[in-house]
Amino acid sequence: MWVRSTMVYRTSFLLTALGNFATTALDFVAILLMFSHVEALGGFGFAEVALLYGTSATAFGLAHLLLGGMDGLGARVRRGSLDGMLVRPVPLLAQVAADGFKLRRIGRLAQGLLVLGWSLAVLEAEWTPLTVLMVPVAVVSGAAIFGALLVAGGSFQFWAQDAAEVQNSFTYGGTTLLQYPPTVFARELVAGTVFVVPLAFVNWLPVLFVLGRDDPLGLPGWVDFLSPLVAVVCWVPAGLVWRAGLGSYRSAGS
Amino acid sequence: MATAAGVFTNTVFGFILTFAYTALWEQRDGLGGYGLSQALTYVWVGQALLMAMATMGGGFQDELIERIRSGDIAVDLFRPADLQLWWLAHDLGRAAFHLLGRGVVPLLVGGAVFDLAFPGGPLPWAAFLLSVLLGVVVSYAIRFLVVLSAFWLLDGQGVVQISALVAMFFSGMLLPLTVFPGLLGEVARMLPWASMLQVPADVFLGKYGGWELAGAYGFQAGWALALLAAGRVLQSVAVRRVVVQGG
Repeated sequence: MWVRSTMVYRTSFLLTALGNFATTALDFVAILLMFSHVEALGGFGFAEVALLYGTSATAFGLAHLLLGGMDGLGARVRRGSLDGMLVRPVPLLAQVAADGFKLRRIGRLAQGLLVLGWSLAVLEAEWTPLTVLMVPVAVVSGAAIFGALLVAGGSFQFWAQDAAEVQNSFTYGGTTLLQYPPTVFARELVAGTVFVVPLAFVNWLPVLFVLGRDDPLGLPGWVDFLSPLVAVVCWVPAGLVWRAGLGSYRSAGS
Repeated sequence: MATAAGVFTNTVFGFILTFAYTALWEQRDGLGGYGLSQALTYVWVGQALLMAMATMGGGFQDELIERIRSGDIAVDLFRPADLQLWWLAHDLGRAAFHLLGRGVVPLLVGGAVFDLAFPGGPLPWAAFLLSVLLGVVVSYAIRFLVVLSAFWLLDGQGVVQISALVAMFFSGMLLPLTVFPGLLGEVARMLPWASMLQVPADVFLGKYGGWELAGAYGFQAGWALALLAAGRVLQSVAVRRVVVQGG
Protein backbone atom coordinates (compact mmCIF):
# COMPACT_ATOMS: atom_id res chain seq x y z
CA MET A 1 0.00 0.00 0.00
CA TRP A 2 2.78 2.41 0.93
CA VAL A 3 4.55 1.61 -2.28
CA ARG A 4 1.44 2.15 -4.37
CA SER A 5 0.62 5.43 -2.66
CA THR A 6 4.14 6.64 -3.35
CA MET A 7 3.81 5.78 -7.01
CA VAL A 8 0.84 8.11 -7.44
CA TYR A 9 3.26 11.01 -7.64
CA ARG A 10 5.74 9.29 -9.91
CA THR A 11 7.91 12.34 -10.66
CA SER A 12 8.24 13.04 -6.98
CA PHE A 13 9.14 9.42 -6.22
CA LEU A 14 11.89 9.45 -8.81
CA LEU A 15 13.18 12.75 -7.46
CA THR A 16 13.17 11.55 -3.85
CA ALA A 17 14.83 8.23 -4.70
CA LEU A 18 17.41 10.16 -6.69
CA GLY A 19 17.65 12.55 -3.75
CA ASN A 20 18.36 9.71 -1.34
CA PHE A 21 20.96 8.43 -3.75
CA ALA A 22 22.56 11.84 -4.09
CA THR A 23 22.43 12.78 -0.38
CA THR A 24 24.93 10.16 0.51
CA ALA A 25 26.73 10.48 -2.82
CA LEU A 26 27.60 14.08 -1.99
CA ASP A 27 29.19 12.93 1.28
CA PHE A 28 31.38 10.76 -0.86
CA VAL A 29 32.11 13.62 -3.23
CA ALA A 30 33.26 15.65 -0.22
CA ILE A 31 35.69 12.86 0.68
CA LEU A 32 36.79 12.76 -2.96
CA LEU A 33 37.46 16.50 -2.83
CA MET A 34 39.53 16.01 0.32
CA PHE A 35 41.62 13.45 -1.55
CA SER A 36 42.24 15.95 -4.33
CA HIS A 37 44.52 17.67 -1.80
CA VAL A 38 46.07 14.74 0.06
CA GLU A 39 47.31 11.24 -0.74
CA ALA A 40 46.00 9.67 2.45
CA LEU A 41 43.71 10.53 5.33
CA GLY A 42 44.77 9.18 8.69
CA GLY A 43 47.14 6.91 6.80
CA PHE A 44 44.40 5.41 4.62
CA GLY A 45 44.39 5.70 0.83
CA PHE A 46 41.34 6.62 -1.22
CA ALA A 47 40.32 3.06 -2.12
CA GLU A 48 40.58 2.07 1.54
CA VAL A 49 38.45 4.97 2.69
CA ALA A 50 36.00 4.07 -0.08
CA LEU A 51 35.77 0.55 1.35
CA LEU A 52 34.99 1.97 4.79
CA TYR A 53 32.45 4.30 3.22
CA GLY A 54 30.85 1.56 1.11
CA THR A 55 30.45 -0.92 3.97
CA SER A 56 29.08 1.72 6.34
CA ALA A 57 26.65 3.20 3.82
CA THR A 58 25.43 -0.22 2.63
CA ALA A 59 24.87 -1.52 6.16
CA PHE A 60 22.99 1.58 7.19
CA GLY A 61 21.07 1.72 3.90
CA LEU A 62 19.84 -1.82 4.50
CA ALA A 63 18.77 -1.11 8.09
CA HIS A 64 17.15 2.15 7.06
CA LEU A 65 15.18 0.53 4.25
CA LEU A 66 13.79 -2.15 6.57
CA LEU A 67 13.37 -0.24 9.83
CA GLY A 68 13.22 3.42 8.80
CA GLY A 69 9.57 3.49 9.90
CA MET A 70 10.82 3.78 13.50
CA ASP A 71 11.39 7.48 12.79
CA GLY A 72 7.65 8.07 12.81
CA LEU A 73 7.00 6.38 16.14
CA GLY A 74 7.29 9.61 18.17
CA ALA A 75 4.55 11.25 16.11
CA ARG A 76 2.27 8.25 16.61
CA VAL A 77 2.85 8.26 20.36
CA ARG A 78 2.11 12.01 20.48
CA ARG A 79 -1.11 11.60 18.53
CA GLY A 80 -2.07 8.40 20.29
CA SER A 81 -2.55 6.78 16.89
CA LEU A 82 -0.60 3.73 17.99
CA ASP A 83 -3.87 2.38 19.39
CA GLY A 84 -5.03 1.32 15.95
CA MET A 85 -1.94 -0.80 15.51
CA LEU A 86 -2.18 -2.42 18.93
CA VAL A 87 -5.45 -4.10 18.08
CA ARG A 88 -4.19 -5.65 14.86
CA PRO A 89 -3.07 -9.28 15.05
CA VAL A 90 0.40 -8.55 13.73
CA PRO A 91 3.47 -7.96 15.93
CA LEU A 92 3.66 -4.25 16.66
CA LEU A 93 7.36 -4.00 15.87
CA ALA A 94 6.74 -5.30 12.36
CA GLN A 95 3.92 -2.82 11.86
CA VAL A 96 5.92 0.15 13.09
CA ALA A 97 8.91 -0.87 10.99
CA ALA A 98 6.75 -1.08 7.89
CA ASP A 99 4.85 2.09 8.77
CA GLY A 100 5.23 4.56 5.92
CA PHE A 101 7.61 2.15 4.16
CA LYS A 102 9.59 4.30 1.80
CA LEU A 103 10.87 2.59 -1.28
CA ARG A 104 12.85 5.72 -2.08
CA ARG A 105 15.26 4.69 0.67
CA ILE A 106 16.57 2.23 -1.88
CA GLY A 107 18.49 5.20 -3.29
CA ARG A 108 20.74 5.31 -0.23
CA LEU A 109 21.37 1.58 -0.37
CA ALA A 110 22.14 1.66 -4.08
CA GLN A 111 24.72 4.37 -3.59
CA GLY A 112 26.43 2.47 -0.78
CA LEU A 113 26.58 -0.68 -2.89
CA LEU A 114 28.01 1.24 -5.81
CA VAL A 115 30.89 2.68 -3.78
CA LEU A 116 31.43 -0.69 -2.11
CA GLY A 117 31.63 -2.44 -5.48
CA TRP A 118 34.00 0.15 -6.86
CA SER A 119 36.30 0.00 -3.85
CA LEU A 120 36.46 -3.79 -3.98
CA ALA A 121 37.35 -3.60 -7.67
CA VAL A 122 40.26 -1.19 -7.27
CA LEU A 123 41.51 -2.22 -3.85
CA GLU A 124 44.88 -3.93 -3.75
CA ALA A 125 44.28 -6.34 -0.90
CA GLU A 126 45.42 -9.90 -0.47
CA TRP A 127 42.18 -11.76 -0.88
CA THR A 128 41.82 -15.01 0.96
CA PRO A 129 38.54 -16.92 1.41
CA LEU A 130 38.36 -15.46 4.90
CA THR A 131 38.72 -11.82 3.86
CA VAL A 132 36.31 -12.31 0.97
CA LEU A 133 33.74 -13.68 3.38
CA MET A 134 34.39 -10.89 5.84
CA VAL A 135 32.84 -8.17 3.64
CA PRO A 136 29.29 -9.54 3.34
CA VAL A 137 29.35 -10.70 6.97
CA ALA A 138 30.32 -7.19 8.06
CA VAL A 139 27.59 -5.59 5.97
CA VAL A 140 24.85 -7.89 7.26
CA SER A 141 26.03 -7.67 10.89
CA GLY A 142 26.39 -3.93 10.49
CA ALA A 143 22.83 -3.65 9.22
CA ALA A 144 21.67 -5.63 12.27
CA ILE A 145 23.63 -3.37 14.64
CA PHE A 146 22.19 -0.25 13.02
CA GLY A 147 18.77 -1.90 13.12
CA ALA A 148 19.08 -2.50 16.87
CA LEU A 149 20.05 1.16 17.29
CA LEU A 150 17.01 2.24 15.29
CA VAL A 151 14.72 0.08 17.42
CA ALA A 152 16.30 1.19 20.71
CA GLY A 153 16.23 4.83 19.61
CA GLY A 154 12.68 4.48 18.36
CA SER A 155 11.57 2.95 21.67
CA PHE A 156 13.03 5.98 23.41
CA GLN A 157 10.24 7.96 21.70
CA PHE A 158 7.71 6.31 24.00
CA TRP A 159 9.10 8.53 26.75
CA ALA A 160 10.64 11.45 24.87
CA GLN A 161 7.98 11.67 22.15
CA ASP A 162 9.88 14.22 20.12
CA ALA A 163 13.55 13.44 20.24
CA ALA A 164 14.09 11.50 17.04
CA GLU A 165 17.19 13.63 16.56
CA VAL A 166 19.08 11.92 19.39
CA GLN A 167 18.62 8.71 17.50
CA ASN A 168 19.81 10.46 14.35
CA SER A 169 23.11 11.36 15.95
CA PHE A 170 23.81 7.67 16.58
CA THR A 171 22.56 6.41 13.22
CA TYR A 172 23.33 9.16 10.69
CA GLY A 173 26.18 10.35 12.89
CA GLY A 174 27.39 6.76 13.18
CA THR A 175 27.48 6.20 9.43
CA THR A 176 29.36 9.45 8.93
CA LEU A 177 31.82 8.51 11.66
CA LEU A 178 32.48 5.08 10.15
CA GLN A 179 33.16 6.58 6.73
CA TYR A 180 36.47 7.92 8.00
CA PRO A 181 39.38 5.76 9.17
CA PRO A 182 39.47 5.12 12.93
CA THR A 183 42.99 6.54 13.03
CA VAL A 184 41.54 10.00 12.42
CA PHE A 185 39.69 10.04 15.72
CA ALA A 186 40.75 10.34 19.33
CA ARG A 187 41.42 7.01 21.03
CA GLU A 188 38.68 7.58 23.58
CA LEU A 189 36.14 7.98 20.80
CA VAL A 190 37.27 4.77 19.10
CA ALA A 191 37.12 2.99 22.45
CA GLY A 192 33.56 4.27 22.81
CA THR A 193 32.60 2.65 19.51
CA VAL A 194 33.97 -0.67 20.70
CA PHE A 195 32.78 -0.81 24.29
CA VAL A 196 29.79 1.57 24.56
CA VAL A 197 27.90 1.86 21.28
CA PRO A 198 29.44 -1.00 19.29
CA LEU A 199 29.65 0.85 15.96
CA ALA A 200 33.24 -0.29 15.43
CA PHE A 201 31.87 -3.77 14.65
CA VAL A 202 29.85 -2.43 11.72
CA ASN A 203 32.91 -1.92 9.59
CA TRP A 204 36.02 -0.59 11.32
CA LEU A 205 37.18 -3.86 12.85
CA PRO A 206 36.23 -6.23 10.00
CA VAL A 207 37.58 -3.85 7.34
CA LEU A 208 40.85 -3.38 9.24
CA PHE A 209 41.16 -7.17 9.10
CA VAL A 210 40.50 -7.21 5.36
CA LEU A 211 43.10 -4.49 4.85
CA GLY A 212 45.54 -6.33 7.10
CA ARG A 213 45.94 -3.41 9.49
CA ASP A 214 46.01 -3.22 13.26
CA ASP A 215 43.31 -1.32 15.07
CA PRO A 216 44.35 1.81 16.96
CA LEU A 217 43.37 0.23 20.30
CA GLY A 218 45.58 -2.81 19.83
CA LEU A 219 42.74 -5.26 20.48
CA PRO A 220 43.41 -9.00 20.11
CA GLY A 221 42.92 -10.31 16.57
CA TRP A 222 39.89 -12.48 17.26
CA VAL A 223 37.86 -9.36 18.11
CA ASP A 224 37.67 -8.62 14.36
CA PHE A 225 35.45 -11.67 13.94
CA LEU A 226 32.93 -10.77 16.61
CA SER A 227 30.60 -8.66 14.45
CA PRO A 228 27.81 -11.27 14.01
CA LEU A 229 27.89 -12.04 17.74
CA VAL A 230 27.82 -8.35 18.67
CA ALA A 231 24.88 -7.84 16.29
CA VAL A 232 22.93 -10.59 18.03
CA VAL A 233 23.82 -9.26 21.46
CA CYS A 234 22.74 -5.73 20.45
CA TRP A 235 19.22 -6.92 19.86
CA VAL A 236 18.84 -8.02 23.48
CA PRO A 237 18.85 -4.53 25.04
CA ALA A 238 17.01 -3.18 21.97
CA GLY A 239 14.25 -5.72 22.56
CA LEU A 240 14.12 -4.98 26.27
CA VAL A 241 13.90 -1.21 25.70
CA TRP A 242 11.18 -1.80 23.14
CA ARG A 243 9.14 -3.90 25.58
CA ALA A 244 9.66 -1.43 28.44
CA GLY A 245 8.69 1.48 26.18
CA LEU A 246 5.59 -0.26 24.96
CA GLY A 247 4.67 -1.07 28.55
CA SER A 248 4.77 2.61 29.44
CA TYR A 249 2.61 3.65 26.49
CA ARG A 250 -0.51 5.52 27.48
CA SER A 251 -2.82 6.55 24.71
CA ALA A 252 -3.28 10.27 24.04
CA GLY A 253 -6.76 10.22 25.53
CA SER A 254 -8.31 11.61 22.38
CA MET B 1 13.06 18.49 23.99
CA ALA B 2 13.34 18.48 20.22
CA THR B 3 15.70 21.47 20.41
CA ALA B 4 17.93 19.76 22.98
CA ALA B 5 18.03 16.67 20.79
CA GLY B 6 18.93 18.82 17.81
CA VAL B 7 21.74 20.56 19.67
CA PHE B 8 23.12 17.14 20.57
CA THR B 9 23.07 16.08 16.93
CA ASN B 10 24.81 19.26 15.75
CA THR B 11 27.45 18.75 18.42
CA VAL B 12 28.06 15.12 17.43
CA PHE B 13 28.49 16.07 13.78
CA GLY B 14 30.73 18.94 14.87
CA PHE B 15 33.05 16.46 16.57
CA ILE B 16 33.14 14.06 13.63
CA LEU B 17 33.96 16.81 11.15
CA THR B 18 36.51 18.33 13.52
CA PHE B 19 38.51 15.11 13.54
CA ALA B 20 38.25 14.66 9.78
CA TYR B 21 39.32 18.26 9.15
CA THR B 22 42.18 17.90 11.63
CA ALA B 23 43.50 14.92 9.67
CA LEU B 24 43.25 16.97 6.48
CA TRP B 25 44.73 20.23 7.77
CA GLU B 26 47.57 18.57 9.65
CA GLN B 27 48.84 17.41 6.28
CA ARG B 28 47.97 20.55 4.37
CA ASP B 29 48.13 23.55 6.67
CA GLY B 30 46.69 26.65 5.03
CA LEU B 31 44.43 24.63 2.74
CA GLY B 32 41.68 26.85 1.35
CA GLY B 33 43.33 29.82 3.06
CA TYR B 34 42.60 28.51 6.55
CA GLY B 35 44.93 27.48 9.34
CA LEU B 36 43.88 24.49 11.44
CA SER B 37 42.21 26.62 14.08
CA GLN B 38 40.29 28.57 11.43
CA ALA B 39 39.21 25.40 9.67
CA LEU B 40 37.84 23.99 12.92
CA THR B 41 36.08 27.27 13.63
CA TYR B 42 34.50 26.92 10.20
CA VAL B 43 33.13 23.50 11.20
CA TRP B 44 31.45 24.78 14.35
CA VAL B 45 30.09 27.94 12.74
CA GLY B 46 28.60 25.62 10.13
CA GLN B 47 26.92 23.44 12.76
CA ALA B 48 25.66 26.56 14.54
CA LEU B 49 24.14 27.97 11.34
CA LEU B 50 22.74 24.73 9.90
CA MET B 51 19.26 25.14 11.33
CA ALA B 52 19.09 28.92 11.25
CA MET B 53 19.86 28.82 7.53
CA ALA B 54 17.49 25.87 7.06
CA THR B 55 20.21 24.40 4.85
CA MET B 56 18.44 21.06 4.83
CA GLY B 57 15.12 22.71 4.05
CA GLY B 58 12.25 23.02 6.45
CA GLY B 59 10.59 25.96 8.10
CA PHE B 60 7.56 27.17 6.21
CA GLN B 61 8.09 24.83 3.28
CA ASP B 62 6.00 21.85 4.31
CA GLU B 63 3.13 23.97 5.53
CA LEU B 64 2.96 26.08 2.38
CA ILE B 65 3.26 23.07 0.09
CA GLU B 66 0.42 21.43 1.98
CA ARG B 67 -1.68 24.56 1.50
CA ILE B 68 -0.97 24.51 -2.22
CA ARG B 69 -1.77 20.82 -2.47
CA SER B 70 -4.99 21.09 -0.50
CA GLY B 71 -6.13 24.26 -2.24
CA ASP B 72 -6.08 26.40 0.92
CA ILE B 73 -3.65 28.62 -0.94
CA ALA B 74 -6.64 30.23 -2.65
CA VAL B 75 -7.62 31.76 0.69
CA ASP B 76 -4.10 33.08 1.24
CA LEU B 77 -4.06 34.73 -2.14
CA PHE B 78 -7.15 36.77 -1.28
CA ARG B 79 -5.56 38.10 1.89
CA PRO B 80 -4.36 41.73 1.87
CA ALA B 81 -0.89 40.65 3.03
CA ASP B 82 1.67 39.80 0.38
CA LEU B 83 2.32 36.04 0.27
CA GLN B 84 6.07 36.28 -0.19
CA LEU B 85 6.66 38.92 2.49
CA TRP B 86 4.29 37.25 4.93
CA TRP B 87 6.27 34.03 4.87
CA LEU B 88 9.57 35.91 4.87
CA ALA B 89 8.61 37.52 8.18
CA HIS B 90 7.62 34.07 9.43
CA ASP B 91 10.95 32.60 8.34
CA LEU B 92 13.04 35.38 9.90
CA GLY B 93 11.40 34.65 13.24
CA ARG B 94 12.14 30.94 12.82
CA ALA B 95 15.77 31.69 11.96
CA ALA B 96 16.21 33.90 15.03
CA PHE B 97 14.82 31.16 17.25
CA HIS B 98 17.14 28.55 15.76
CA LEU B 99 20.15 30.83 15.94
CA LEU B 100 19.64 31.12 19.69
CA GLY B 101 18.24 27.67 20.37
CA ARG B 102 20.53 25.62 18.18
CA GLY B 103 23.38 27.92 17.32
CA VAL B 104 24.81 29.09 20.62
CA VAL B 105 25.36 25.77 22.38
CA PRO B 106 27.31 23.95 19.64
CA LEU B 107 29.53 27.00 19.25
CA LEU B 108 30.18 27.09 23.00
CA VAL B 109 30.90 23.37 23.16
CA GLY B 110 33.22 23.56 20.17
CA GLY B 111 34.97 26.57 21.67
CA ALA B 112 35.37 24.86 25.03
CA VAL B 113 36.90 21.66 23.62
CA PHE B 114 38.95 22.93 20.69
CA ASP B 115 41.07 25.97 20.01
CA LEU B 116 38.74 28.04 17.85
CA ALA B 117 39.34 31.47 16.33
CA PHE B 118 36.55 33.61 17.72
CA PRO B 119 36.27 37.22 16.64
CA GLY B 120 37.29 39.79 19.24
CA GLY B 121 35.06 42.71 20.14
CA PRO B 122 31.41 43.48 19.42
CA LEU B 123 31.95 44.96 15.94
CA PRO B 124 33.06 41.73 14.21
CA TRP B 125 30.17 39.89 15.88
CA ALA B 126 27.75 42.51 14.54
CA ALA B 127 29.32 42.19 11.09
CA PHE B 128 28.79 38.41 11.31
CA LEU B 129 25.16 38.72 12.36
CA LEU B 130 24.39 41.06 9.45
CA SER B 131 25.89 38.52 7.09
CA VAL B 132 23.79 35.78 8.71
CA LEU B 133 20.66 37.88 8.25
CA LEU B 134 21.40 38.36 4.54
CA GLY B 135 22.13 34.64 4.26
CA VAL B 136 18.78 33.75 5.76
CA VAL B 137 17.01 35.98 3.24
CA VAL B 138 18.84 34.28 0.36
CA SER B 139 17.96 30.88 1.82
CA TYR B 140 14.34 31.93 2.17
CA ALA B 141 14.19 33.23 -1.41
CA ILE B 142 15.50 29.90 -2.71
CA ARG B 143 13.08 27.86 -0.60
CA PHE B 144 10.18 30.04 -1.70
CA LEU B 145 11.01 29.25 -5.33
CA VAL B 146 11.15 25.56 -4.45
CA VAL B 147 7.74 25.72 -2.81
CA LEU B 148 6.21 27.36 -5.86
CA SER B 149 7.15 24.31 -7.90
CA ALA B 150 4.39 22.52 -5.98
CA PHE B 151 1.87 24.43 -8.10
CA TRP B 152 2.98 22.26 -10.98
CA LEU B 153 4.03 19.05 -9.22
CA LEU B 154 1.47 19.07 -6.34
CA ASP B 155 3.73 16.85 -4.26
CA GLY B 156 6.77 18.98 -3.53
CA GLN B 157 8.86 16.47 -1.54
CA GLY B 158 11.18 15.56 -4.36
CA VAL B 159 12.16 19.10 -5.25
CA VAL B 160 12.49 20.01 -1.58
CA GLN B 161 14.92 17.17 -1.10
CA ILE B 162 17.02 17.91 -4.17
CA SER B 163 17.16 21.55 -3.19
CA ALA B 164 18.32 20.61 0.32
CA LEU B 165 21.12 18.54 -1.18
CA VAL B 166 22.29 21.27 -3.45
CA ALA B 167 22.20 23.68 -0.51
CA MET B 168 24.22 21.31 1.71
CA PHE B 169 26.88 20.91 -0.94
CA PHE B 170 27.14 24.40 -2.38
CA SER B 171 26.80 26.29 0.90
CA GLY B 172 30.07 24.69 1.96
CA MET B 173 28.52 22.64 4.76
CA LEU B 174 30.40 19.47 3.82
CA LEU B 175 33.69 21.12 2.92
CA PRO B 176 34.59 24.84 2.62
CA LEU B 177 34.06 26.10 -0.91
CA THR B 178 37.58 27.52 -0.83
CA VAL B 179 38.84 23.92 -0.76
CA PHE B 180 36.86 22.93 -3.87
CA PRO B 181 39.40 22.57 -6.68
CA GLY B 182 39.64 24.65 -9.87
CA LEU B 183 36.63 25.65 -11.86
CA LEU B 184 34.21 23.84 -9.55
CA GLY B 185 35.44 26.01 -6.70
CA GLU B 186 35.18 29.22 -8.71
CA VAL B 187 31.63 28.44 -9.80
CA ALA B 188 30.59 27.26 -6.32
CA ARG B 189 31.79 30.50 -4.74
CA MET B 190 29.68 32.55 -7.17
CA LEU B 191 26.43 30.65 -6.63
CA PRO B 192 23.79 31.98 -4.20
CA TRP B 193 24.27 29.12 -1.72
CA ALA B 194 27.70 30.54 -0.81
CA SER B 195 25.73 33.21 1.09
CA MET B 196 24.43 30.58 3.48
CA LEU B 197 27.69 29.49 5.09
CA GLN B 198 30.87 30.31 3.21
CA VAL B 199 30.38 34.09 3.30
CA PRO B 200 29.12 34.37 6.91
CA ALA B 201 31.87 32.01 8.11
CA ASP B 202 34.52 34.09 6.34
CA VAL B 203 33.08 37.24 7.93
CA PHE B 204 33.25 35.43 11.29
CA LEU B 205 36.89 34.56 10.65
CA GLY B 206 37.65 38.18 9.77
CA LYS B 207 38.64 37.38 6.17
CA TYR B 208 37.12 40.58 4.85
CA GLY B 209 38.46 44.03 5.67
CA GLY B 210 36.83 47.37 4.82
CA TRP B 211 35.54 47.44 1.27
CA GLU B 212 35.85 43.68 0.89
CA LEU B 213 33.26 43.36 3.62
CA ALA B 214 30.94 45.67 1.72
CA GLY B 215 31.57 43.52 -1.34
CA ALA B 216 30.61 40.38 0.60
CA TYR B 217 27.39 42.00 1.76
CA GLY B 218 26.75 43.19 -1.79
CA PHE B 219 27.14 39.61 -3.06
CA GLN B 220 24.58 38.35 -0.55
CA ALA B 221 22.15 41.23 -0.98
CA GLY B 222 22.41 40.98 -4.77
CA TRP B 223 21.44 37.33 -4.75
CA ALA B 224 18.69 37.99 -2.21
CA LEU B 225 17.10 40.64 -4.42
CA ALA B 226 17.49 38.66 -7.63
CA LEU B 227 15.97 35.52 -6.12
CA LEU B 228 13.13 37.36 -4.42
CA ALA B 229 12.33 39.02 -7.75
CA ALA B 230 12.39 35.65 -9.48
CA GLY B 231 10.01 34.32 -6.82
CA ARG B 232 7.73 37.26 -7.47
CA VAL B 233 7.59 36.53 -11.21
CA LEU B 234 7.07 32.80 -10.73
CA GLN B 235 4.35 33.44 -8.18
CA SER B 236 2.34 35.57 -10.62
CA VAL B 237 2.68 32.88 -13.30
CA ALA B 238 1.65 30.18 -10.82
CA VAL B 239 -1.35 32.10 -9.60
CA ARG B 240 -2.61 32.61 -13.14
CA ARG B 241 -2.60 28.90 -13.84
CA VAL B 242 -3.63 27.76 -10.37
CA VAL B 243 -6.30 25.11 -10.29
CA VAL B 244 -7.79 25.03 -6.86
CA GLN B 245 -8.70 21.50 -5.96
CA GLY B 246 -12.37 20.96 -5.32
CA GLY B 247 -14.10 20.96 -2.00
